[in-house]
Amino acid sequence: MSDVQTFLDRLAERTEARRQAHGPEPTWIAARRQAGAARFEALGFPDRRVEAWKYTDVRAIARGDFALTDSADFSPASAAALTLPIAAHRLTFVDGVFSAALSDLGELPAGVAVLPLSQALAENHEAVGGPLGRLTGVEFSPFSALNTAFMEEGAVVRLAPGSVVEKPILLQFLSRANAQPVMSHPRVLIEAGARSQATVIEHHIGESEAANFTNLVDEVMLDRGAILTHYKLQEASLKDLHVASIHVEQGRDSRYTSFNLNLGGSLVRNDLVVDLNGKGAEANFNGLFFAQGRQHVDNHTLANHNAPLTFSNENYKGILDDRARGVFNGRVVVKRDSQKIEAHQSNANLLLSDRAEIDTKPELEIYADDVKCSHGATTGQLDEEAVFTLRTRGIDEQTARGLLTLAFAGEVMERVELEAVAERVELAVAGKLPERFNLSGLVEAAMSLHDD
Amino acid sequence: MLEVKDLHVTVEGKEILKGLSLTVKAGEVHAIMGPNGAGKSTLSAVIAGKEGYEVTSGTITFEGQDVLEMEIEERALAGMLLGFQYPVEIPGVKNIYLLKAALNAQRAANGQADIPAPEFMKLIKSKIAEMKMDASFLQRAVNEGFSGGEKKRNEILQMLVLQPKLAMLDEIDSGLDIDAMRIVADGVNSLRAADRGILLVTHYQRLLDYIIPDHVHVLVDGRIAKSGDKELAKELESRGYDWVVEETAA
Repeated sequence: MSDVQTFLDRLAERTEARRQAHGPEPTWIAARRQAGAARFEALGFPDRRVEAWKYTDVRAIARGDFALTDSADFSPASAAALTLPIAAHRLTFVDGVFSAALSDLGELPAGVAVLPLSQALAENHEAVGGPLGRLTGVEFSPFSALNTAFMEEGAVVRLAPGSVVEKPILLQFLSRANAQPVMSHPRVLIEAGARSQATVIEHHIGESEAANFTNLVDEVMLDRGAILTHYKLQEASLKDLHVASIHVEQGRDSRYTSFNLNLGGSLVRNDLVVDLNGKGAEANFNGLFFAQGRQHVDNHTLANHNAPLTFSNENYKGILDDRARGVFNGRVVVKRDSQKIEAHQSNANLLLSDRAEIDTKPELEIYADDVKCSHGATTGQLDEEAVFTLRTRGIDEQTARGLLTLAFAGEVMERVELEAVAERVELAVAGKLPERFNLSGLVEAAMSLHDD
Repeated sequence: MLEVKDLHVTVEGKEILKGLSLTVKAGEVHAIMGPNGAGKSTLSAVIAGKEGYEVTSGTITFEGQDVLEMEIEERALAGMLLGFQYPVEIPGVKNIYLLKAALNAQRAANGQADIPAPEFMKLIKSKIAEMKMDASFLQRAVNEGFSGGEKKRNEILQMLVLQPKLAMLDEIDSGLDIDAMRIVADGVNSLRAADRGILLVTHYQRLLDYIIPDHVHVLVDGRIAKSGDKELAKELESRGYDWVVEETAA
């Protein structure tokens, strides 16, 4: 049986079970599922001959046998230990299944809706059918096709024009240690009306022995003047498989700021595509990935400057240890007539071991003549002169190297406005270097000083 | 305290120090002067343990310990601290991290627990006030974007916090305007103590108007050519180095 057939069989079972339990689905959903399945069957899983997947081998996913689950059981104590300590409007999903028990939306401002996809479909499926799939169709990749075939649950965030959400909206995805690995295909749909403003945190985390496959699709629409800060904090277990396809569409004068923070997962692939469609639109891509052991983290970003006077800024940093592998592919496309745009991109990587590997590729395609673009990529080791300086102050070599590693990550983290997220990542980075660097105590102490 | 005997050092195959001997006792301030290229900075760099300097013969001992056998951080923990001529910028490492990590390393070496946060804050606040630095420096990355004077003050701040037994200051006066020079000199003078040695490396006599040395040595061609007291520095100021060079050659 082929790898693809395993997934198609699972889909057929699921579709039949759903029909028996809930009756027929709205026709548009059924039609998209079919289109997704057909597209997935035609494409199959990408192999390394496909340029966009040249450095990323997805056989760990293709050869997997993943079940689907209907259970959202998760120990509240474990969930409390994993959750971000932050006041937020919270939706929680366990292996893709909505957990009402672990969700607490609190009081949302007028004109703001945050709800599970299943509920949004039940309430008014036509209102979902318009935007859903508009940015990420089945054509994008075999994974987006697969997601479309399987989609059931996820989050819908709607911000009415002019609405401002003070507290962050936290979408929490928990992964369980299951006897048989499961897969989930969450959809996140964010519609930010004109001049609305919000912060959305997607937090992917789970039990340390979890070995599931998450295949996420996010579609984010920013109307004129909307401001959205989008955190994706990926702290999944070191056995989890994680693929995310994120598409953002920006209207005039809108601002989208992404923090793509990857610490977990055995195989991680993020695609972030932003369409800057209106004058004055600005996109900021901040990324950090830290991988060790045999982790593989692949970040593909694409900024489409489809209108004049649009701006994109990208800053990705990677830290790779042991035999970890990182991929950064940052592409900027400037359309004809998209004059006076600015696009800046940088990717810096730190290799802590000589067996770690990074493949970094900036790509600029410019079809306009009055533009300001820059890009740069660096890969290296720690600054030995800085190591020496710290040692001359009595700091042992390993602590010195740890401090400098933390500092490297710190340059991305200092742009993070949410203290809870910054501290979480800083502690995680420090804690990931346990026997060699052991910096957690120092970081905690410095943070408590900062709070004074 | 510090004893350097017949030290020969080569850098990239070229001999820079050619039999330098020097003894610094506790409570003394020594100034090493000399023309450019004489090897002034090499001595403190070798004591601190900088790579790229090969000691071909001679010895350095500090309180009876063989310095050349010690790791870089062990030298610092033993009490030898070098203030750099060109302090390195360390992006992302906050000053407060460096100070705390360094102080705790020192305490650990002495069998003490980490310094409690309130005590640390109190200590740091008094020291930055002494160096006339703003508290915001603590949250800034080490030396990043600092002016020349700020970098030098930061070096002295580290000395004030870590209280070394032997403070070595390499051209701490270079690039300082007169106000910054006074602040730096006040900081160094506050370090003067009966149980501490200070080694100043400088090209110009000017610094020695503010920090009065007990001993002045002139380094010429890798050796100490002449030693004296503060009057020697004044003579060098008025006559330059050439006469010492000529005397040595003769």
